[in-house]
Amino acid sequence: MIYVKFFASVRERVGVGEISLLMPEGGVTVEEVLSLAEDETGVLLQDAHLLAAVNLQHVPFSGVVHDGDEVAFFPPVTGG
Amino acid sequence: MAEMAAYPVDAIAGAGGSVTFTGTVRDYSEAADILAMEIEHYPGMTERELERISAEAARRYDILDSLIVHRYGHLAPQDNIVMVAVWSRHRAAAFDACRFLIDLLKTSAPFWKKEVTLAGARWVTDCPGCRAGGREGHTHAPYTHYSHTQLK
Repeated sequence: MIYVKFFASVRERVGVGEISLLMPEGGVTVEEVLSLAEDETGVLLQDAHLLAAVNLQHVPFSGVVHDGDEVAFFPPVTGG
Repeated sequence: MAEMAAYPVDAIAGAGGSVTFTGTVRDYSEAADILAMEIEHYPGMTERELERISAEAARRYDILDSLIVHRYGHLAPQDNIVMVAVWSRHRAAAFDACRFLIDLLKTSAPFWKKEVTLAGARWVTDCPGCRAGGREGHTHAPYTHYSHTQLK
C-alpha cells in the first residue's frame, strides 16, 4: 500500500486528509502516485505550485515511491 | 493551543550573546481585517524540517545553540506565531544564523496559514519575495502583504 496525505487547500479540495492506494507492480514515481490519487478521488490536483514529500522529506515529483511509503501533497508553505 | 520546541536548549555556556526573532499575526490583509488565523502543520514532518534547518544553521554558522518555537492551531491578531533564538560566542554569527533560520523556515517548514475574516476564510498564498529569501526588491507594505501578485 501507499499512504497518501493531503494538507491545507489540497486537503480541502480532496475532501479527506488521507487515502491509501494499492502499490502498482514495478514501482512508481511521485508523479504517478499523484495520477493514481486523482483517479481515486476524482479531483484534479496537478498544479505548478504543488509540492510533495515522501516519508516526511521534501522530494521532486520524479522521486521513487516504495511499498509502505507515506506520500504527501500540499501547497507552498506559509508559516513563520 | 500547543507549541513545539524543535531543539531544546540546555547548554549555552560560553555564549557571548543571543539574537531572537519573534513573528506575530498581522491584523490586516489585502481585503479585510483579520479576525483570526488558523495554522495547519504536518505532524512528524514539521518537527523533522525544523530539526533539519537547525542542523543546517549549526553547520553554516559558528553558533552554540538555537531554538525554534512555532505555534499552530487557532491564533488571534498580534499573537506570537514563531520565535527563533540563536546563541553564539560573537554577535555576527547569531544575527546571520537567526536570519537564515527564519528565512528557511518560511520556505521549507510545512505550515499553512488560513486567514479568517468577516468575508470568510482563505488560505494565504506564498510570497515569491519571501521564497527568494526576502532580500531583493521585496517589501511588505500595509495592505499588500497578502496580495502577492504585484511581487511576481
